Amino acid sequence: MNKLQVFVVLCLVSTMAFAGGYRVSTQSNRQLAMGHTGVAVVNSADILFFNPAGLVHLESRLSVSAGAFGVFSDVSYQNEQFGTFAETDSPAGTPFYLYASYKVTDDFAVGLGVYTPYGSNVTWPTDWVGSHLVNEIELSAIFIQPTLSYQLFDSISIGAGPIIAIGGVEFNRNASRSLTDEQGNRSNVAIEDSGVTGYGWTAGLMFTPTENFKLGFNYRSLIDIESTEGTATFTNFPNSPLTPSNGTQGFEATLPLPAEATVGVSYKWDKFLFAFDYNRAFWSEYEALDIVFEDGSESINPRNYKDASTYRFGVEYNATGKLDIRAGYYFDESPVQSGYFAPETPRNDSNGYTFGLSYNVSSKFSIDASLLYLRFKQINESYDFYSDPGVPVTAPFGGTYKSQALIPGLGVTYNM
Amino acid sequence: MMKRSYIKFLGLLFVGTALVSCENEFDESVEDNDFYTAGEADFSNYVTVGNSLTAGFADGALYLQGQQNSYPNIIAGQLERVGGGEFFQPLVNDNLGGLTAGGNQITDNRFVLAVDADGNPGPAILEGTPTTDITNKVTGPLNNFGVPGAKSYHLAAPGYGSVAGVAMGTANPYYARFSSSETSTVIQDAAAANPTFFTLWIGNNDILGYATSGGTKVDPSTGEVVAAEDHNITGNLDPSTYAGNDITNNMVFAGVYSQLVTALTANGAKGALVNIPDVTSIPFFTTVPPLALSPADPTFGPQIPLLNQVYGGLNQVFAAFGQADRSIQFSSTGASGIVIRDESLADLSQNPAFATALTPVVQGIGAAVGLPLSPAQAAGLAQVLAPQFGQIRQATADDLVTLRAASVIGTLDQNRFDQLNAVFTQGGIPAQTAATLAGQFSVNGVTVGMANQFVLTPDEQDNVSDAQASYNATIAQLAAANDLALVDARAELQTVAQGGVPFNGGLLTSEFVTGGAFSLDGVHPTPRGYAYTANAIIEAINAQYGSTIPVVNIGQYGTVQTSNNID
Repeated sequence: MNKLQVFVVLCLVSTMAFAGGYRVSTQSNRQLAMGHTGVAVVNSADILFFNPAGLVHLESRLSVSAGAFGVFSDVSYQNEQFGTFAETDSPAGTPFYLYASYKVTDDFAVGLGVYTPYGSNVTWPTDWVGSHLVNEIELSAIFIQPTLSYQLFDSISIGAGPIIAIGGVEFNRNASRSLTDEQGNRSNVAIEDSGVTGYGWTAGLMFTPTENFKLGFNYRSLIDIESTEGTATFTNFPNSPLTPSNGTQGFEATLPLPAEATVGVSYKWDKFLFAFDYNRAFWSEYEALDIVFEDGSESINPRNYKDASTYRFGVEYNATGKLDIRAGYYFDESPVQSGYFAPETPRNDSNGYTFGLSYNVSSKFSIDASLLYLRFKQINESYDFYSDPGVPVTAPFGGTYKSQALIPGLGVTYNM
Repeated sequence: MMKRSYIKFLGLLFVGTALVSCENEFDESVEDNDFYTAGEADFSNYVTVGNSLTAGFADGALYLQGQQNSYPNIIAGQLERVGGGEFFQPLVNDNLGGLTAGGNQITDNRFVLAVDADGNPGPAILEGTPTTDITNKVTGPLNNFGVPGAKSYHLAAPGYGSVAGVAMGTANPYYARFSSSETSTVIQDAAAANPTFFTLWIGNNDILGYATSGGTKVDPSTGEVVAAEDHNITGNLDPSTYAGNDITNNMVFAGVYSQLVTALTANGAKGALVNIPDVTSIPFFTTVPPLALSPADPTFGPQIPLLNQVYGGLNQVFAAFGQADRSIQFSSTGASGIVIRDESLADLSQNPAFATALTPVVQGIGAAVGLPLSPAQAAGLAQVLAPQFGQIRQATADDLVTLRAASVIGTLDQNRFDQLNAVFTQGGIPAQTAATLAGQFSVNGVTVGMANQFVLTPDEQDNVSDAQASYNATIAQLAAANDLALVDARAELQTVAQGGVPFNGGLLTSEFVTGGAFSLDGVHPTPRGYAYTANAIIEAINAQYGSTIPVVNIGQYGTVQTSNNID
């Protein structure tokens, strides 16, 4: 069976689908190709993200890596009872990363990472049937992480660093399922903020009992993105004291970027490297997306996420001195609970299939490519916590969702 | 070796990209042709015929948003899942809704829900200059032949769409916009559209004008409000002689309805016939209660003792004339019926003895308000008051009071006030007392009987419901005889009116303004009400033809438009 057939079969037999709130696991081309494992894989400066304790294990004095991805995602929605159908036309997301590590001494290294672990880009057709929940959302966050790594004992290293997160959000939705102005245009609320900073930290531990076996642990703290200086724009409201006025006002909202813990192992055998990570994201922090407008009105949107696990497997094969090829798989459990399935992050459990390679141009310079195919099983779900303004009865929004994402990436690695 | 595997791997990436990027399909997509079935029907060319309800009329006007949410347009949207084609409507130009003829406005703009200075919401006319002129003919194919104001027989009347006839009152401005000629009929035009499927909902206006006018019409020669005719009583079978508010004779209805069905089924089209709902299902008749007078009302409550004293005397006169059942009394603890002028009652003031009998009552009132009246003065005033009381009674729970009465009950009848004030002043009563007394005797619904056109009395209701029952029997019989779907709109709207219908995100009721089903004219549905109607029709079609047309989520459809952009 050749590789193409393997790929196609994987696509066909995949039974479970997608995951992960607005977390985007694309922090390394090399590691993404291995199922985004990496807490116990010392391969490049990418380890700065996966486990700061591993930084000190890099052999080169200076290691630099950088890369970017294109996130091409599609979500389709339909409701069989009403015959409604819609599909997203989301712009491609472009997560990126840049890591640099400098080995000060044999047992001490410093580094700096800039990466984008959170984001969401979902664009539904304007005024679609779920437009009272979302027309369009764009979340982005850039993390900046200075890092120290220290070899504590022969077989144990530690690492840690603060994180500065800079986030932005654009969120556009209609005011209700039917409110319009006098001309029939749907009343709309759009909120926007950028340059919101939040702070957090990460710390890791790496245990290397033998040369070929590594065990890693990493914890990343919760970072709250508290938006206080953004603008909310109300458009197409009728001229009536019974509805909000058109115009711009301030708002406040908090979006948590949840803490996560990862434990994993890697084992090197001949030309193969095997890795397994278990990742737990503490999404239960995300209880609600509550927007409080300057005029005192509120938009309360329960989310009630649950903590969620991800199981990652990856393998690397050092085919020749010039070529490393990689493959991986992960199962990503969705933090979204039944009844809270909103079209703004339409994510159920997913299966990620990953592939990639590094072409070593020289002993110092490599080009890394990766491809992630993220597949979500078709799911019947609903968001049950919406009600039209002033109506005591909730109006669940349900239907069948089908999602997929294709994420190719390209990067470079430099070791001096 | 190295090079080859590298290329192979790259190729794999590209093929994978190509594979997955064009494949995010549902196992079974609602967009697939076989997800829903058309059953035995062919929905490729859906044509609809009817009146304002079919046109999408709402809030007292035909405006763009209303048309876009007409039940036929909603149904046509769902029919796209079962082979339905494009659906064309004679769309107006704007969301104001008023019509002009040669630049002169001939119908009002639509109602919106405006908030007045006291913070009370109520219907008001949306401001703006309408741009739909009936002389601008709609061109191109049409599927919606709903004509606001049309009665059954109008659909088969040549010249009903004559632009020239509109000014003369012989033609309909809405049909004039899209009639194929000055002499065409609605049903000819609809049949010429060659339907493969149709819906027909006509007959509402054959009773509705009578009902909403309280069984009255304006005599064109005198301008007076007189009783409208029920042609099931007159036996008149010539609709060309009918006035606008008359009730159409049942046989005339049956004859013309049968013609309409024949024309629409001529090429084998299947379809659905929609029957006539009860007038008691619409807020126009259920919003103003007959027992509208509350002792808690600060302007009415304190007057109750005096009023009961006055009416106590009048009641004795009624009794003396054998009309004790006309007795009027206001409760100081609960709601009381308004006072109405019931034209079906014998007018006691025609009998001079009535004024004579009133004389001591007037004298008693004078004494009660500290105004001693001479017998001659009292007799004179009794003469003046006799016509005011000769035909009145108190409304009961069996009367239906129209929405138009809402702005009249409790207000001053200025004409009556001027008359009485003049008489009182001339009679030597001091000016201030005269004005006070004249005011007290000029309150609509309290001392002045609410005029006939505001009340549909039980007798008038019987005329309406008898005709309605006969029309519905005709519709049911023709549906059965032609294997057409029968939509029981009567039952559906009863359900809405009696407790309401729960839906995704609310409860649909016929409560005025807040219930969600009816627009601000109190007669025509909101978009949500039309969506509910569309679902009822879809379900009847599915049941008749074995189709599986999906219904719509009525919660996605709007209700009344709020706006303070008013004149």
